[in-house]
Amino acid sequence: MTALTSLPPPAPLTVDEPRARFRDLLLGEWFKLVSLRSIRWGLILGMLGLVFLNANAAIADVNDWDHFLPAQREFFVPAGSLAASFTNNACIATLLITGSLGAVSLVSEYSTGQIRTTFAAVPARRALLSAKIIVLTTVMTVFGLVATGTSFFVSQAILSGKHAGISITEPGIWRALLAAALLPPVCALTGLGLAALIRHSAATIVGTTTVLLLIPNFLSENHHWSACLFHATPFRAWQVLHDLVGAPVNPHIPFPAEPAGEWVVYLAWALGGIVVTLFFGTRRDV
Amino acid sequence: MIEVNELTKRYGRTVAVDGLTFTVKPGCVTGFLGPNGAGKSTTLRMIIGLNEPTSGSVTVQGHRFRDHPRGLRHVGALLDASDVHGGRSAVAHLGVLARTNAIPLRRVDEVLAEVGLAGAARRRIGGYSLGMKQRLGIAAALLGDPPVLLFDEPLNGLDPEGVRWVRGLFRRLAAEGRTVFVSSHLMSEMEHTADHLVVVGRGRLIADEPLASFAARGRGSSVTVRTPDADALAGVLTAAGAQVRPDGEERLVVTGLDADAIGELAHRHGHRLRELATSAASLETAFMELTADSVEYLAGESR
Repeated sequence: MTALTSLPPPAPLTVDEPRARFRDLLLGEWFKLVSLRSIRWGLILGMLGLVFLNANAAIADVNDWDHFLPAQREFFVPAGSLAASFTNNACIATLLITGSLGAVSLVSEYSTGQIRTTFAAVPARRALLSAKIIVLTTVMTVFGLVATGTSFFVSQAILSGKHAGISITEPGIWRALLAAALLPPVCALTGLGLAALIRHSAATIVGTTTVLLLIPNFLSENHHWSACLFHATPFRAWQVLHDLVGAPVNPHIPFPAEPAGEWVVYLAWALGGIVVTLFFGTRRDV
Repeated sequence: MIEVNELTKRYGRTVAVDGLTFTVKPGCVTGFLGPNGAGKSTTLRMIIGLNEPTSGSVTVQGHRFRDHPRGLRHVGALLDASDVHGGRSAVAHLGVLARTNAIPLRRVDEVLAEVGLAGAARRRIGGYSLGMKQRLGIAAALLGDPPVLLFDEPLNGLDPEGVRWVRGLFRRLAAEGRTVFVSSHLMSEMEHTADHLVVVGRGRLIADEPLASFAARGRGSSVTVRTPDADALAGVLTAAGAQVRPDGEERLVVTGLDADAIGELAHRHGHRLRELATSAASLETAFMELTADSVEYLAGESR
Protein backbone atom coordinates (compact mmCIF):
# COMPACT_ATOMS: atom_id res chain seq x y z
CA MET A 1 0.00 0.00 0.00
CA THR A 2 2.42 2.63 -1.14
CA ALA A 3 -0.41 4.84 -2.33
CA LEU A 4 -1.33 5.77 1.21
CA THR A 5 2.07 7.19 2.04
CA SER A 6 2.28 9.16 -1.19
CA LEU A 7 -0.74 11.30 -0.33
CA PRO A 8 0.18 14.88 0.56
CA PRO A 9 -0.50 15.74 4.20
CA PRO A 10 -3.63 17.81 4.88
CA ALA A 11 -2.67 21.46 4.94
CA PRO A 12 -4.84 24.49 5.64
CA LEU A 13 -5.49 26.31 2.38
CA THR A 14 -5.35 30.05 2.39
CA VAL A 15 -7.68 32.10 0.25
CA ASP A 16 -5.91 34.65 -1.91
CA GLU A 17 -8.72 36.90 -2.99
CA PRO A 18 -8.68 40.11 -5.03
CA ARG A 19 -10.66 43.05 -3.70
CA ALA A 20 -14.37 42.81 -4.44
CA ARG A 21 -15.25 45.31 -7.20
CA PHE A 22 -18.75 46.55 -7.99
CA ARG A 23 -17.67 46.74 -11.65
CA ASP A 24 -17.46 42.92 -11.73
CA LEU A 25 -21.07 42.68 -10.60
CA LEU A 26 -22.20 45.17 -13.27
CA LEU A 27 -20.35 43.15 -15.91
CA GLY A 28 -21.83 39.90 -14.60
CA GLU A 29 -25.39 41.25 -14.62
CA TRP A 30 -24.90 42.68 -18.11
CA PHE A 31 -23.82 39.29 -19.46
CA LYS A 32 -26.57 37.59 -17.51
CA LEU A 33 -29.14 39.79 -19.24
CA VAL A 34 -27.83 39.61 -22.80
CA SER A 35 -26.98 35.88 -22.65
CA LEU A 36 -30.70 35.09 -22.46
CA ARG A 37 -32.39 34.55 -25.79
CA SER A 38 -35.78 35.57 -24.35
CA ILE A 39 -34.47 38.98 -23.26
CA ARG A 40 -32.62 39.61 -26.53
CA TRP A 41 -35.66 38.77 -28.65
CA GLY A 42 -37.97 40.59 -26.28
CA LEU A 43 -35.96 43.77 -26.74
CA ILE A 44 -35.60 43.41 -30.52
CA LEU A 45 -39.22 42.45 -31.23
CA GLY A 46 -40.50 44.99 -28.71
CA MET A 47 -38.53 47.72 -30.44
CA LEU A 48 -39.75 46.72 -33.92
CA GLY A 49 -43.31 46.43 -32.66
CA LEU A 50 -43.33 49.90 -31.14
CA VAL A 51 -41.83 51.55 -34.22
CA PHE A 52 -44.33 49.68 -36.39
CA LEU A 53 -47.31 50.74 -34.24
CA ASN A 54 -46.29 54.39 -34.43
CA ALA A 55 -45.38 54.39 -38.12
CA ASN A 56 -48.68 52.69 -38.84
CA ALA A 57 -50.55 55.48 -37.04
CA ALA A 58 -48.74 58.11 -39.13
CA ILE A 59 -49.51 56.18 -42.32
CA ALA A 60 -53.19 56.02 -41.33
CA ASP A 61 -53.24 59.80 -40.76
CA VAL A 62 -51.64 60.42 -44.15
CA ASN A 63 -54.12 58.10 -45.86
CA ASP A 64 -57.10 59.69 -44.14
CA TRP A 65 -55.79 63.23 -44.57
CA ASP A 66 -58.04 64.06 -47.52
CA HIS A 67 -61.12 62.95 -45.58
CA PHE A 68 -60.32 65.08 -42.53
CA LEU A 69 -62.55 68.09 -41.85
CA PRO A 70 -60.79 71.45 -42.41
CA ALA A 71 -60.86 72.06 -38.64
CA GLN A 72 -59.20 68.70 -38.02
CA ARG A 73 -56.42 69.57 -40.45
CA GLU A 74 -55.97 72.98 -38.96
CA PHE A 75 -55.51 71.69 -35.41
CA PHE A 76 -53.62 68.51 -36.35
CA VAL A 77 -50.20 70.16 -35.89
CA PRO A 78 -48.61 69.83 -33.36
CA ALA A 79 -50.74 67.65 -31.03
CA GLY A 80 -51.85 65.19 -33.72
CA SER A 81 -48.34 64.98 -35.16
CA LEU A 82 -46.93 64.11 -31.74
CA ALA A 83 -49.68 61.58 -31.03
CA ALA A 84 -48.82 59.75 -34.23
CA SER A 85 -45.17 59.49 -33.19
CA PHE A 86 -45.96 57.60 -29.99
CA THR A 87 -49.57 56.46 -29.80
CA ASN A 88 -51.67 55.43 -26.84
CA ASN A 89 -51.45 51.84 -28.09
CA ALA A 90 -47.68 52.12 -28.21
CA CYS A 91 -47.78 53.24 -24.58
CA ILE A 92 -49.90 50.19 -23.64
CA ALA A 93 -47.49 47.93 -25.53
CA THR A 94 -44.55 49.58 -23.74
CA LEU A 95 -46.13 48.98 -20.34
CA LEU A 96 -46.63 45.33 -21.19
CA ILE A 97 -43.27 44.65 -22.87
CA THR A 98 -40.92 46.51 -20.56
CA GLY A 99 -42.82 45.67 -17.38
CA SER A 100 -42.62 41.98 -18.29
CA LEU A 101 -38.94 42.15 -19.27
CA GLY A 102 -38.08 43.83 -15.98
CA ALA A 103 -40.01 41.18 -14.08
CA VAL A 104 -38.50 38.30 -16.09
CA SER A 105 -34.96 39.53 -15.47
CA LEU A 106 -35.38 38.67 -11.79
CA VAL A 107 -38.27 36.22 -11.51
CA SER A 108 -36.57 33.82 -13.93
CA GLU A 109 -33.79 33.52 -11.34
CA TYR A 110 -36.24 32.74 -8.57
CA SER A 111 -38.36 30.29 -10.54
CA THR A 112 -35.41 28.29 -11.89
CA GLY A 113 -33.44 28.25 -8.64
CA GLN A 114 -30.61 30.18 -10.31
CA ILE A 115 -30.94 32.73 -7.51
CA ARG A 116 -29.35 30.23 -5.09
CA THR A 117 -26.36 29.79 -7.38
CA THR A 118 -26.18 33.58 -7.76
CA PHE A 119 -26.28 34.35 -4.03
CA ALA A 120 -23.84 31.53 -3.24
CA ALA A 121 -21.38 33.17 -5.65
CA VAL A 122 -22.13 36.70 -4.40
CA PRO A 123 -23.22 36.73 -0.74
CA ALA A 124 -23.31 40.55 -0.89
CA ARG A 125 -26.94 40.55 -2.00
CA ARG A 126 -27.49 44.29 -1.78
CA ALA A 127 -24.54 44.98 -4.07
CA LEU A 128 -25.65 42.29 -6.51
CA LEU A 129 -29.24 43.52 -6.69
CA SER A 130 -28.00 47.10 -7.04
CA ALA A 131 -25.92 46.00 -10.03
CA LYS A 132 -28.99 44.31 -11.50
CA ILE A 133 -31.03 47.50 -11.00
CA ILE A 134 -28.39 49.69 -12.65
CA VAL A 135 -27.96 47.37 -15.63
CA LEU A 136 -31.72 46.99 -16.12
CA THR A 137 -32.34 50.74 -15.80
CA THR A 138 -29.56 51.53 -18.29
CA VAL A 139 -30.70 48.95 -20.85
CA MET A 140 -34.32 50.05 -20.58
CA THR A 141 -33.47 53.76 -20.84
CA VAL A 142 -31.45 53.09 -23.99
CA PHE A 143 -34.37 50.99 -25.27
CA GLY A 144 -36.74 53.88 -24.53
CA LEU A 145 -34.51 56.49 -26.18
CA VAL A 146 -34.02 54.42 -29.33
CA ALA A 147 -37.71 53.41 -29.57
CA THR A 148 -38.94 56.95 -28.98
CA GLY A 149 -36.35 58.61 -31.24
CA THR A 150 -36.81 56.16 -34.10
CA SER A 151 -40.61 56.33 -33.85
CA PHE A 152 -40.53 60.12 -33.81
CA PHE A 153 -38.35 60.52 -36.89
CA VAL A 154 -40.09 57.76 -38.88
CA SER A 155 -43.56 59.10 -38.09
CA GLN A 156 -42.65 62.73 -38.78
CA ALA A 157 -41.01 61.72 -42.06
CA ILE A 158 -44.27 60.00 -43.06
CA LEU A 159 -46.43 62.94 -41.93
CA SER A 160 -44.23 65.44 -43.77
CA GLY A 161 -45.80 64.08 -46.97
CA LYS A 162 -48.85 66.14 -45.97
CA HIS A 163 -46.75 68.91 -44.40
CA ALA A 164 -48.13 67.77 -41.04
CA GLY A 165 -44.80 66.86 -39.43
CA ILE A 166 -43.16 68.63 -36.52
CA SER A 167 -39.47 68.89 -35.62
CA ILE A 168 -37.66 68.47 -32.34
CA THR A 169 -37.57 72.25 -32.03
CA GLU A 170 -41.33 72.31 -31.43
CA PRO A 171 -42.04 73.97 -28.05
CA GLY A 172 -42.69 71.39 -25.31
CA ILE A 173 -41.55 68.48 -27.45
CA TRP A 174 -38.72 67.44 -25.14
CA ARG A 175 -41.02 66.81 -22.21
CA ALA A 176 -43.17 64.57 -24.39
CA LEU A 177 -40.25 62.64 -25.86
CA LEU A 178 -38.60 62.23 -22.47
CA ALA A 179 -41.86 60.92 -21.00
CA ALA A 180 -41.96 58.22 -23.68
CA ALA A 181 -38.25 57.43 -23.38
CA LEU A 182 -38.38 57.06 -19.59
CA LEU A 183 -41.52 54.93 -19.53
CA PRO A 184 -39.53 51.68 -20.15
CA PRO A 185 -37.19 52.02 -17.12
CA VAL A 186 -40.13 53.04 -14.89
CA CYS A 187 -42.15 49.98 -15.96
CA ALA A 188 -39.16 47.62 -15.83
CA LEU A 189 -38.31 48.68 -12.27
CA THR A 190 -41.97 48.19 -11.30
CA GLY A 191 -41.83 44.66 -12.76
CA LEU A 192 -38.54 44.03 -10.97
CA GLY A 193 -40.00 45.04 -7.61
CA LEU A 194 -43.04 42.81 -8.14
CA ALA A 195 -40.71 39.94 -9.06
CA ALA A 196 -38.77 40.36 -5.80
CA LEU A 197 -42.06 40.46 -3.92
CA ILE A 198 -43.95 37.60 -5.61
CA ARG A 199 -41.11 35.36 -6.90
CA HIS A 200 -43.41 33.09 -8.94
CA SER A 201 -43.26 33.51 -12.73
CA ALA A 202 -46.89 33.47 -13.76
CA ALA A 203 -48.15 35.37 -10.71
CA THR A 204 -45.48 38.04 -11.23
CA ILE A 205 -46.46 38.62 -14.87
CA VAL A 206 -50.16 38.75 -13.94
CA GLY A 207 -49.33 41.16 -11.12
CA THR A 208 -47.23 43.40 -13.36
CA THR A 209 -49.94 43.50 -16.03
CA THR A 210 -52.61 44.21 -13.43
CA VAL A 211 -50.72 47.03 -11.78
CA LEU A 212 -49.44 48.73 -14.93
CA LEU A 213 -52.32 48.11 -17.33
CA LEU A 214 -55.50 46.80 -15.78
CA ILE A 215 -55.89 49.07 -12.76
CA PRO A 216 -55.50 52.34 -14.78
CA ASN A 217 -58.27 51.05 -17.06
CA PHE A 218 -60.64 50.74 -14.10
CA LEU A 219 -60.02 54.31 -12.97
CA SER A 220 -61.40 57.61 -14.21
CA GLU A 221 -61.15 61.30 -13.36
CA ASN A 222 -64.81 61.71 -12.39
CA HIS A 223 -64.35 61.27 -8.65
CA HIS A 224 -61.64 62.77 -6.54
CA TRP A 225 -60.34 59.46 -5.09
CA SER A 226 -60.44 57.81 -8.48
CA ALA A 227 -58.66 60.74 -10.12
CA CYS A 228 -55.95 60.68 -7.46
CA LEU A 229 -55.26 56.98 -8.05
CA PHE A 230 -55.48 57.39 -11.82
CA HIS A 231 -53.00 60.26 -11.84
CA ALA A 232 -50.65 58.13 -9.74
CA THR A 233 -50.35 55.43 -12.42
CA PRO A 234 -47.44 55.44 -14.91
CA PHE A 235 -50.00 54.99 -17.69
CA ARG A 236 -51.84 58.25 -16.94
CA ALA A 237 -48.57 59.99 -16.14
CA TRP A 238 -47.36 59.22 -19.64
CA GLN A 239 -50.65 60.43 -21.16
CA VAL A 240 -50.43 63.74 -19.33
CA LEU A 241 -46.74 64.31 -20.06
CA HIS A 242 -46.96 63.19 -23.68
CA ASP A 243 -49.29 66.05 -24.62
CA LEU A 244 -48.26 69.25 -26.37
CA VAL A 245 -51.41 71.19 -25.53
CA GLY A 246 -50.55 71.11 -21.87
CA ALA A 247 -53.52 72.93 -20.38
CA PRO A 248 -56.68 70.95 -19.57
CA VAL A 249 -58.59 71.11 -22.83
CA ASN A 250 -61.75 69.52 -21.56
CA PRO A 251 -63.48 71.80 -19.04
CA HIS A 252 -65.85 68.94 -18.10
CA ILE A 253 -63.10 66.98 -16.37
CA PRO A 254 -63.50 67.94 -12.71
CA PHE A 255 -60.09 66.75 -11.54
CA PRO A 256 -57.44 67.28 -14.23
CA ALA A 257 -53.83 66.16 -13.73
CA GLU A 258 -50.84 68.45 -13.37
CA PRO A 259 -47.84 67.57 -15.59
CA ALA A 260 -45.29 68.56 -12.95
CA GLY A 261 -46.84 66.09 -10.51
CA GLU A 262 -46.62 63.32 -13.10
CA TRP A 263 -42.81 63.45 -13.06
CA VAL A 264 -43.07 62.71 -9.36
CA VAL A 265 -45.26 59.72 -10.24
CA TYR A 266 -42.56 58.41 -12.62
CA LEU A 267 -39.93 58.85 -9.94
CA ALA A 268 -42.05 57.29 -7.22
CA TRP A 269 -42.74 54.10 -9.22
CA ALA A 270 -39.07 53.73 -10.17
CA LEU A 271 -37.90 54.30 -6.59
CA GLY A 272 -40.67 52.05 -5.26
CA GLY A 273 -39.48 49.21 -7.49
CA ILE A 274 -35.87 49.73 -6.35
CA VAL A 275 -36.74 49.86 -2.65
CA VAL A 276 -38.97 46.77 -2.78
CA THR A 277 -36.31 44.83 -4.73
CA LEU A 278 -33.55 45.70 -2.27
CA PHE A 279 -35.74 45.17 0.79
CA PHE A 280 -37.23 41.77 -0.05
CA GLY A 281 -34.34 40.52 -2.17
CA THR A 282 -31.82 40.84 0.64
CA ARG A 283 -33.90 39.53 3.53
CA ARG A 284 -35.65 36.38 2.48
CA ASP A 285 -34.41 32.80 2.44
CA VAL A 286 -34.02 31.51 -1.10
CA MET B 1 -13.35 23.50 8.37
CA ILE B 2 -17.09 23.94 8.91
CA GLU B 3 -18.33 24.49 12.45
CA VAL B 4 -22.04 24.04 13.08
CA ASN B 5 -23.20 25.11 16.52
CA GLU B 6 -26.70 24.49 17.92
CA LEU B 7 -28.09 25.21 14.47
CA THR B 8 -31.88 25.37 14.37
CA LYS B 9 -34.32 26.21 11.58
CA ARG B 10 -38.07 26.40 12.03
CA TYR B 11 -40.67 26.93 9.33
CA GLY B 12 -43.79 27.85 11.26
CA ARG B 13 -44.44 24.84 13.46
CA THR B 14 -42.19 22.53 11.52
CA VAL B 15 -38.68 22.13 12.88
CA ALA B 16 -36.45 21.33 9.90
CA VAL B 17 -33.15 21.45 11.78
CA ASP B 18 -33.09 20.99 15.53
CA GLY B 19 -30.01 22.03 17.52
CA LEU B 20 -27.39 20.49 15.22
CA THR B 21 -23.80 20.67 16.40
CA PHE B 22 -20.92 19.10 14.49
CA THR B 23 -17.62 19.93 12.84
CA VAL B 24 -16.48 19.05 9.33
CA LYS B 25 -12.71 18.74 9.22
CA PRO B 26 -10.38 19.41 6.33
CA GLY B 27 -8.39 16.68 4.63
CA CYS B 28 -11.12 14.07 4.49
CA VAL B 29 -14.45 13.42 2.83
CA THR B 30 -17.31 13.78 5.29
CA GLY B 31 -20.61 12.18 4.39
CA PHE B 32 -23.83 13.88 5.46
CA LEU B 33 -26.46 11.18 5.71
CA GLY B 34 -30.10 11.09 6.55
CA PRO B 35 -33.47 9.99 5.19
CA ASN B 36 -35.50 12.27 2.92
CA GLY B 37 -36.63 15.37 4.80
CA ALA B 38 -34.03 14.98 7.54
CA GLY B 39 -32.88 18.58 7.15
CA LYS B 40 -29.70 17.98 5.12
CA SER B 41 -30.42 20.48 2.36
CA THR B 42 -31.64 23.10 4.83
CA THR B 43 -28.41 22.71 6.80
CA LEU B 44 -26.31 23.06 3.65
CA ARG B 45 -28.25 26.18 2.65
CA MET B 46 -27.64 27.68 6.07
CA ILE B 47 -23.90 26.97 5.77
CA ILE B 48 -23.69 29.24 2.72
CA GLY B 49 -26.13 31.82 4.02
CA LEU B 50 -28.99 31.17 1.61
CA ASN B 51 -31.25 30.47 4.57
CA GLU B 52 -30.98 32.33 7.85
CA PRO B 53 -30.92 30.09 10.96
CA THR B 54 -33.73 30.56 13.48
CA SER B 55 -31.05 30.17 16.14
CA GLY B 56 -27.52 28.86 16.44
CA SER B 57 -24.63 29.61 14.14
CA VAL B 58 -22.45 28.17 11.45
CA THR B 59 -19.00 29.29 10.33
CA VAL B 60 -16.77 28.29 7.46
CA GLN B 61 -13.05 28.67 8.10
CA GLY B 62 -14.02 30.74 11.15
CA HIS B 63 -16.19 33.23 9.25
CA ARG B 64 -19.89 33.60 8.62
CA PHE B 65 -20.18 32.91 4.89
CA ARG B 66 -22.51 35.85 4.25
CA ASP B 67 -19.86 38.26 5.51
CA HIS B 68 -17.75 37.57 2.42
CA PRO B 69 -18.63 39.96 -0.42
CA ARG B 70 -17.83 37.19 -2.95
CA GLY B 71 -18.21 33.51 -2.27
CA LEU B 72 -16.68 31.27 -4.92
CA ARG B 73 -13.10 31.42 -3.63
CA HIS B 74 -14.26 30.48 -0.13
CA VAL B 75 -16.86 27.76 -0.65
CA GLY B 76 -17.77 25.83 -3.78
CA ALA B 77 -21.27 24.41 -3.55
CA LEU B 78 -23.43 22.15 -5.66
CA LEU B 79 -26.75 22.27 -3.86
CA ASP B 80 -29.17 21.35 -6.62
CA ALA B 81 -28.03 20.64 -10.14
CA SER B 82 -31.20 22.23 -11.49
CA ASP B 83 -30.45 25.58 -9.82
CA VAL B 84 -29.46 27.05 -13.17
CA HIS B 85 -31.28 29.04 -15.83
CA GLY B 86 -31.87 26.66 -18.71
CA GLY B 87 -31.63 29.46 -21.26
CA ARG B 88 -27.88 29.96 -20.97
CA SER B 89 -25.03 27.83 -22.25
CA ALA B 90 -22.59 26.30 -19.79
CA VAL B 91 -19.95 28.80 -20.91
CA ALA B 92 -22.29 31.75 -20.37
CA HIS B 93 -23.47 30.43 -16.99
CA LEU B 94 -19.97 29.86 -15.63
CA GLY B 95 -18.74 33.03 -17.36
CA VAL B 96 -21.21 35.14 -15.38
CA LEU B 97 -20.17 33.43 -12.12
CA ALA B 98 -16.48 33.92 -12.93
CA ARG B 99 -16.93 37.59 -13.80
CA THR B 100 -18.76 38.45 -10.59
CA ASN B 101 -15.96 36.84 -8.57
CA ALA B 102 -13.05 38.27 -10.60
CA ILE B 103 -12.00 34.77 -11.66
CA PRO B 104 -10.06 34.63 -14.96
CA LEU B 105 -12.30 33.39 -17.78
CA ARG B 106 -9.80 30.70 -18.81
CA ARG B 107 -10.78 28.95 -15.57
CA VAL B 108 -14.22 28.34 -17.15
CA ASP B 109 -12.70 26.25 -19.93
CA GLU B 110 -10.47 24.47 -17.42
CA VAL B 111 -13.30 23.32 -15.14
CA LEU B 112 -15.54 22.42 -18.08
CA ALA B 113 -12.76 20.22 -19.44
CA GLU B 114 -12.22 18.72 -16.00
CA VAL B 115 -15.85 17.63 -15.64
CA GLY B 116 -16.02 16.39 -19.21
CA LEU B 117 -18.41 19.00 -20.58
CA ALA B 118 -16.00 20.70 -23.01
CA GLY B 119 -17.93 19.28 -25.97
CA ALA B 120 -21.32 20.56 -24.73
CA ALA B 121 -20.04 23.87 -23.38
CA ARG B 122 -21.91 26.03 -25.90
CA ARG B 123 -25.22 24.18 -25.77
CA ARG B 124 -28.14 25.52 -23.73
CA ILE B 125 -28.26 23.99 -20.25
CA GLY B 126 -32.00 23.38 -20.67
CA GLY B 127 -31.16 20.50 -23.01
CA TYR B 128 -28.75 18.82 -20.58
CA SER B 129 -29.45 15.49 -18.88
CA LEU B 130 -29.45 15.35 -15.08
CA GLY B 131 -25.98 13.82 -15.14
CA MET B 132 -24.67 16.66 -17.31
CA LYS B 133 -26.24 19.21 -14.98
CA GLN B 134 -24.52 17.51 -12.03
CA ARG B 135 -21.22 17.83 -13.87
CA LEU B 136 -21.95 21.50 -14.56
CA GLY B 137 -22.76 22.05 -10.87
CA ILE B 138 -19.47 20.40 -9.91
CA ALA B 139 -17.66 22.62 -12.42
CA ALA B 140 -19.25 25.69 -10.79
CA ALA B 141 -18.16 24.47 -7.36
CA LEU B 142 -14.57 24.05 -8.57
CA LEU B 143 -14.48 27.41 -10.35
CA GLY B 144 -13.02 29.44 -7.48
CA ASP B 145 -10.60 26.70 -6.35
CA PRO B 146 -12.08 26.92 -2.85
CA PRO B 147 -10.79 25.24 0.36
CA VAL B 148 -14.31 24.10 1.30
CA LEU B 149 -16.68 22.20 -0.98
CA LEU B 150 -20.32 21.22 -0.41
CA PHE B 151 -22.20 18.72 -2.53
CA ASP B 152 -25.87 17.87 -2.05
CA GLU B 153 -26.67 14.45 -3.53
CA PRO B 154 -24.01 14.81 -6.25
CA LEU B 155 -24.30 11.24 -7.54
CA ASN B 156 -27.95 11.54 -8.64
CA GLY B 157 -28.25 10.96 -12.34
CA LEU B 158 -24.60 10.11 -12.95
CA ASP B 159 -23.62 7.07 -14.99
CA PRO B 160 -21.29 4.45 -13.40
CA GLU B 161 -18.25 6.06 -14.99
CA GLY B 162 -19.41 9.42 -13.62
CA VAL B 163 -19.92 7.98 -10.14
CA ARG B 164 -16.40 6.57 -10.15
CA TRP B 165 -14.98 9.85 -11.41
CA VAL B 166 -16.81 11.86 -8.72
CA ARG B 167 -15.54 9.55 -5.97
CA GLY B 168 -11.99 9.95 -7.24
CA LEU B 169 -12.48 13.72 -7.43
CA PHE B 170 -13.72 13.92 -3.82
CA ARG B 171 -10.74 11.82 -2.65
CA ARG B 172 -8.34 14.07 -4.55
CA LEU B 173 -9.90 17.28 -3.20
CA ALA B 174 -9.68 15.92 0.35
CA ALA B 175 -6.10 14.77 -0.19
CA GLU B 176 -5.26 18.34 -1.22
CA GLY B 177 -6.28 19.37 2.28
CA ARG B 178 -9.73 20.69 1.41
CA THR B 179 -12.89 20.22 3.44
CA VAL B 180 -15.31 18.07 1.45
CA PHE B 181 -18.88 17.68 2.73
CA VAL B 182 -21.16 15.40 0.70
CA SER B 183 -24.79 14.69 1.47
CA SER B 184 -26.72 11.61 0.51
CA HIS B 185 -29.76 9.63 1.55
CA LEU B 186 -28.14 6.38 0.47
CA MET B 187 -25.60 4.68 2.69
CA SER B 188 -24.29 2.65 -0.22
CA GLU B 189 -23.20 5.87 -1.96
CA MET B 190 -21.18 6.91 1.04
CA GLU B 191 -19.34 3.73 1.86
CA HIS B 192 -16.86 4.08 -0.98
CA THR B 193 -16.67 7.83 -0.70
CA ALA B 194 -16.62 9.09 2.88
CA ASP B 195 -14.07 8.75 5.66
CA HIS B 196 -16.30 10.28 8.27
CA LEU B 197 -20.07 10.40 8.66
CA VAL B 198 -22.50 12.91 10.07
CA VAL B 199 -25.91 11.25 10.30
CA VAL B 200 -29.13 13.19 10.90
CA GLY B 201 -32.78 12.26 11.21
CA ARG B 202 -35.72 14.64 11.66
CA GLY B 203 -33.30 17.51 11.99
CA ARG B 204 -31.38 16.00 14.89
CA LEU B 205 -27.85 14.64 15.03
CA ILE B 206 -27.81 10.83 15.23
CA ALA B 207 -24.14 10.05 14.73
CA ASP B 208 -20.88 11.88 14.09
CA GLU B 209 -18.05 9.38 13.77
CA PRO B 210 -15.62 7.64 11.40
CA LEU B 211 -17.19 5.40 8.77
CA ALA B 212 -15.63 2.28 10.29
CA SER B 213 -17.03 2.76 13.78
CA PHE B 214 -20.38 3.70 12.33
CA ALA B 215 -20.44 0.44 10.46
CA ALA B 216 -19.84 -1.49 13.68
CA ARG B 217 -22.81 0.08 15.41
CA GLY B 218 -25.48 -1.76 13.56
CA ARG B 219 -26.64 -4.92 15.35
CA GLY B 220 -26.46 -7.05 12.27
CA SER B 221 -23.22 -5.55 11.04
CA SER B 222 -20.68 -8.07 9.87
CA VAL B 223 -17.17 -8.22 8.51
CA THR B 224 -16.06 -10.83 6.01
CA VAL B 225 -12.53 -12.17 6.62
CA ARG B 226 -10.64 -14.42 4.21
CA THR B 227 -7.59 -16.07 5.71
CA PRO B 228 -5.65 -19.34 5.34
CA ASP B 229 -5.65 -19.59 9.17
CA ALA B 230 -9.42 -19.58 9.47
CA ASP B 231 -9.72 -21.89 12.44
CA ALA B 232 -7.00 -20.26 14.50
CA LEU B 233 -8.22 -16.72 13.80
CA ALA B 234 -11.79 -17.77 14.63
CA GLY B 235 -10.57 -18.78 18.08
CA VAL B 236 -8.80 -15.44 18.59
CA LEU B 237 -11.84 -13.46 17.52
CA THR B 238 -14.25 -15.50 19.65
CA ALA B 239 -11.97 -14.96 22.64
CA ALA B 240 -12.17 -11.19 21.93
CA GLY B 241 -15.96 -11.38 22.21
CA ALA B 242 -16.98 -11.64 18.55
CA GLN B 243 -19.45 -14.05 17.01
CA VAL B 244 -17.76 -15.95 14.22
CA ARG B 245 -19.47 -18.00 11.55
CA PRO B 246 -17.42 -19.94 9.00
CA ASP B 247 -18.51 -19.24 5.42
CA GLY B 248 -16.86 -21.90 3.30
CA GLU B 249 -13.19 -22.78 3.42
CA GLU B 250 -10.88 -19.85 4.39
CA ARG B 251 -13.79 -17.45 4.95
CA LEU B 252 -15.28 -16.13 8.20
CA VAL B 253 -18.23 -13.83 8.81
CA VAL B 254 -17.62 -11.86 11.99
CA THR B 255 -20.08 -9.80 13.97
CA GLY B 256 -19.42 -7.77 17.09
CA LEU B 257 -16.01 -6.43 16.02
CA ASP B 258 -15.24 -3.89 13.32
CA ALA B 259 -12.69 -4.34 10.55
CA ASP B 260 -10.06 -2.26 12.35
CA ALA B 261 -10.20 -4.42 15.45
CA ILE B 262 -10.12 -7.66 13.46
CA GLY B 263 -7.11 -6.50 11.46
CA GLU B 264 -5.33 -5.51 14.64
CA LEU B 265 -5.99 -8.89 16.31
CA ALA B 266 -4.89 -10.81 13.22
CA HIS B 267 -1.69 -8.79 13.04
CA ARG B 268 -0.93 -9.28 16.74
CA HIS B 269 -1.36 -13.03 16.49
CA GLY B 270 0.50 -13.34 13.24
CA HIS B 271 -2.39 -14.50 11.05
CA ARG B 272 -2.24 -13.73 7.38
CA LEU B 273 -5.31 -11.93 5.97
CA ARG B 274 -6.30 -12.10 2.31
CA GLU B 275 -9.48 -10.10 2.51
CA LEU B 276 -11.09 -7.94 5.15
CA ALA B 277 -14.36 -6.31 4.15
CA THR B 278 -17.20 -4.73 6.00
CA SER B 279 -20.25 -5.95 4.14
CA ALA B 280 -22.27 -3.38 2.26
CA ALA B 281 -25.53 -4.72 3.57
CA SER B 282 -24.42 -4.20 7.13
CA LEU B 283 -23.57 -0.54 6.57
CA GLU B 284 -26.96 -0.06 5.02
CA THR B 285 -28.46 -1.98 7.93
CA ALA B 286 -26.64 0.14 10.47
CA PHE B 287 -27.98 3.24 8.77
CA MET B 288 -31.52 1.89 8.57
CA GLU B 289 -31.50 0.85 12.21
CA LEU B 290 -30.15 4.17 13.38
CA THR B 291 -32.58 6.25 11.38
CA ALA B 292 -35.57 3.95 11.76
CA ASP B 293 -37.10 6.19 14.41
CA SER B 294 -36.58 9.32 12.40
CA VAL B 295 -37.86 8.47 8.93
CA GLU B 296 -40.29 11.19 8.06
CA TYR B 297 -41.90 9.91 4.90
CA LEU B 298 -42.54 6.20 5.28
CA ALA B 299 -44.13 4.34 2.40
CA GLY B 300 -47.40 2.70 3.40
CA GLU B 301 -47.64 4.76 6.55
CA SER B 302 -51.13 4.85 8.02
CA ARG B 303 -52.76 8.26 8.10
